[in-house]
Amino acid sequence: MIFLFYTAAIVALIATIAVIVSTNVVHALVYLIISLLSVAVIFFALGAPFAAMLEAIVYAGAIMVLFLFVMMMLNLGQATQDEEKAWMQPRLWIGPGTLVALLLAQLTSVLFTQDVAISPVEVGVLDISVLLFGPWLLAVELASMLLLAGLVAAYHLAKK
Amino acid sequence: MESIPYEHGLILAAILFVCGLVGVLTRRNIVFVLMSLEIMLNACGLAFVVASSRWQHAEGQVMFLMILTLAAAEVAVGLGLIIQMYRRFHTVDISVLNEMKG
Amino acid sequence: MQNWIGLLPAFPLAGFLLLVLSRGRMTKTVAGIIGAGSVGLSFLLAVMISIEFLNSGAQPFSKTLWMWMQVGGLDTGFTFFLDGLTLVMILIISGVGFLIHLYSTGFMADDPGFARFFSYMNLFVASMLVLVLADNLILLYLGWEGVGLCSYLLIGFWYDNPANGYAARKAFVVTRVGDTSMAIGLFLLFSQLGTLNIQEILLLAPTQWSTGSAVAVAASALLLGGAVGKSAQLPLQTWLPDAMAGPTPISALIHAATMVTAGVYLIARTHILFELAPSVQLIVAFVGLATLLMAGFTALMQRDIKRILAYSTISQIGYMFLALGVGAWSAAVFHLLTHAFFKALLFLAAGTVILSLHHEHDIFKMGAMRRRLPVSFWCFIVGSAALTALPFTSGFYSKDAILLAALDHPSYGMLLWVGGVLGAFMTALYSFRLVFVVFFGKSHYEQRDTQQHDDHGAVVENTSPAMFFPLLILAILSLFGGLISVPVDAVFANGALHEEAHASQFLHALMILIPILGVMISWLLYGSLSYEKAGAHLRKQLLVSPLGGLLNRFWFSGWGMDKLYQTLLVQPFLALAQVNRKDIVDLVFNSLSYVARFANSALVLTQTGNMRWYAISLVAGLVIVIGLGVWR
Repeated sequence: MIFLFYTAAIVALIATIAVIVSTNVVHALVYLIISLLSVAVIFFALGAPFAAMLEAIVYAGAIMVLFLFVMMMLNLGQATQDEEKAWMQPRLWIGPGTLVALLLAQLTSVLFTQDVAISPVEVGVLDISVLLFGPWLLAVELASMLLLAGLVAAYHLAKK
Repeated sequence: MESIPYEHGLILAAILFVCGLVGVLTRRNIVFVLMSLEIMLNACGLAFVVASSRWQHAEGQVMFLMILTLAAAEVAVGLGLIIQMYRRFHTVDISVLNEMKG
Repeated sequence: MQNWIGLLPAFPLAGFLLLVLSRGRMTKTVAGIIGAGSVGLSFLLAVMISIEFLNSGAQPFSKTLWMWMQVGGLDTGFTFFLDGLTLVMILIISGVGFLIHLYSTGFMADDPGFARFFSYMNLFVASMLVLVLADNLILLYLGWEGVGLCSYLLIGFWYDNPANGYAARKAFVVTRVGDTSMAIGLFLLFSQLGTLNIQEILLLAPTQWSTGSAVAVAASALLLGGAVGKSAQLPLQTWLPDAMAGPTPISALIHAATMVTAGVYLIARTHILFELAPSVQLIVAFVGLATLLMAGFTALMQRDIKRILAYSTISQIGYMFLALGVGAWSAAVFHLLTHAFFKALLFLAAGTVILSLHHEHDIFKMGAMRRRLPVSFWCFIVGSAALTALPFTSGFYSKDAILLAALDHPSYGMLLWVGGVLGAFMTALYSFRLVFVVFFGKSHYEQRDTQQHDDHGAVVENTSPAMFFPLLILAILSLFGGLISVPVDAVFANGALHEEAHASQFLHALMILIPILGVMISWLLYGSLSYEKAGAHLRKQLLVSPLGGLLNRFWFSGWGMDKLYQTLLVQPFLALAQVNRKDIVDLVFNSLSYVARFANSALVLTQTGNMRWYAISLVAGLVIVIGLGVWR
């Protein structure tokens, strides 16, 4: 399990970095799918198989397919790719890079103050669904309202 | 079963989040910005699942489900906006859309 | 019957409400019946109450209708208080008020605002009754402001003419000066004594304040300010002559018989406070003296019949103040009563003259009206006789009492007496000048705009019963009203001064003869058969001489008081307003808006419309906040 975790973590990292530096939209999408799938593997390694399934089905499946459809509709050609390359100037990365490095340093400095190991005991579908349809029922309803609103908004926005 | 250090999971989430943030800050193509946002949301979900495992509690995964829903809705609306933007301005460069200035 | 005392102001108030709510849909007959009838009912009730009151030994009586406000230590009830002084006032207000209402049904018969006129009149009577019945100063103040409002509304009754509106505003603003002073006086009384109930104040004040203490002086001086404003005394007298812009019955009711005497009532009501402040009481006497002389001289020069009567009113109230100032409380109230009779009579008679002559006000355009307007003539004779205090008329008794009391004043007796007698001489001169010029000599009356009055161009006296009856009653009262004894001795029983004449026979005889002398001189100047020749010549000589001309102009303008106030107060205020046109104070607040606008234009630069810039700002903020949390 521990091997699975670290391997998947490295894959996720590399794939994510590839997403943000790639110039081709479709390539970037595929890297993103890889990243999401490896995160799904990490979930599995952490003992959350239900979350891993949802990550694979909803994120890597549904959402990314949606992205892909839009990319095909837009049909961005070689011109866009050249443009992307022109925008990739090192000096643009200096400011954001510094800020973000600072943020990361802060986060890790907080995290390394404790040292607790995780023993991956599986948290099953049953536990989650008991919570979902028990105390979190209202949140589920709200989430469904959010999805409905997203549906209506997307339909309206994408209309000609 | 070997145990995974708790903070390693969180640090992975932090790094993924920061990568997404770099993407949001540097890319001019709105499709990449949206993808970077997805990465950030996903990193948050990862942090919740790690916490869920750490405390042996299912509520972290419930939160992950909520984030998933949020991401789905956000992507739907965001992609709709991208389509609309491309139709109007024939570009995916967000720097062009700077008319709402003071 | 005394338990029904609350109905006294309720009748006219109900009349007011009926007239207001059905305005324009009521025939004049119905409106007149409601308007005059409601006051008539009040008068009947007042008579019944007074019979019961006097039969039961004149015991003061109070009745709480309901609680008005109860805040902290303030405990104000809608409570009516009845004693001898109040009794006199309610009889004057409802009685003379009823007669004037009756007269108005004839006088205003052709006016389109008939119902409006009576609604205001009824509201006035209701407010005035509340004023005199009130057992606490808050309720009194309610009535006080109510009559002020009605006075404003009625002076500006014919609002088509901007001058009338100006006169109404002037009256309102000038009396407001006095009212403000009175309000401050009420605050002072409440803060010092913790109550505004008049009887409690009168009981508490002598126990808590020593005679002449600063608080007593301040409180009574502030109340005097209110009284001076309402009663048109120096230095706030300028509004009353202009108030004659209203219909004549208004001048009779509000600006002669009742409202303007509210100041006298107030001082009489709180007389114990004034006794605690002898210096202020002396000021009251001198205010009265100065006013009665000034107004007397001014009245002598006026040409407008109503302005003469207005200055005469100011002068007579001056006598009342003189009486108050020397502590002759019941003499003041007595003069208030007789003055209400004869001045109402004079005003109503003047109204008849004005109505018959198609709104001609200038006495020098009348003349020889003796035969054409016989009723008015006899009313004027009776009224002027009473005003002049010719022996055995009502005015004789009251003015006699005042002058004798003035003579008794320990330190300034002779001065006050001489001034009062001089005023009486002037009164005789101006009031019979009015009579002689209007009713004797040759007619100078010319029909104005004859086309308009073709069918009734001739001078015909209106002697309908509604107008004749009030004149008759008031004439009888003016003649014999002096025989009434006012039941106020119990009210002023604790008054320090004992009112008994100590004048020598010579002074007393002089006092009686001087008005008669005044009438004779007036006859020589204006009334004799040779008036057209010798009298006119003499007057011309007087007017042509430099001093005479100057005095004429000076007195005609009311001693230049209007001009003085115009220069001293109005013009500096207008100049200040001119300077402050751009609102100097507002600059402070405007500077705030300039700062905000500058900050805005600076911050607007950060709003580039560029999304990545916003995101970077967001992250920078995030880093700073987390940094504050982590590396504290």
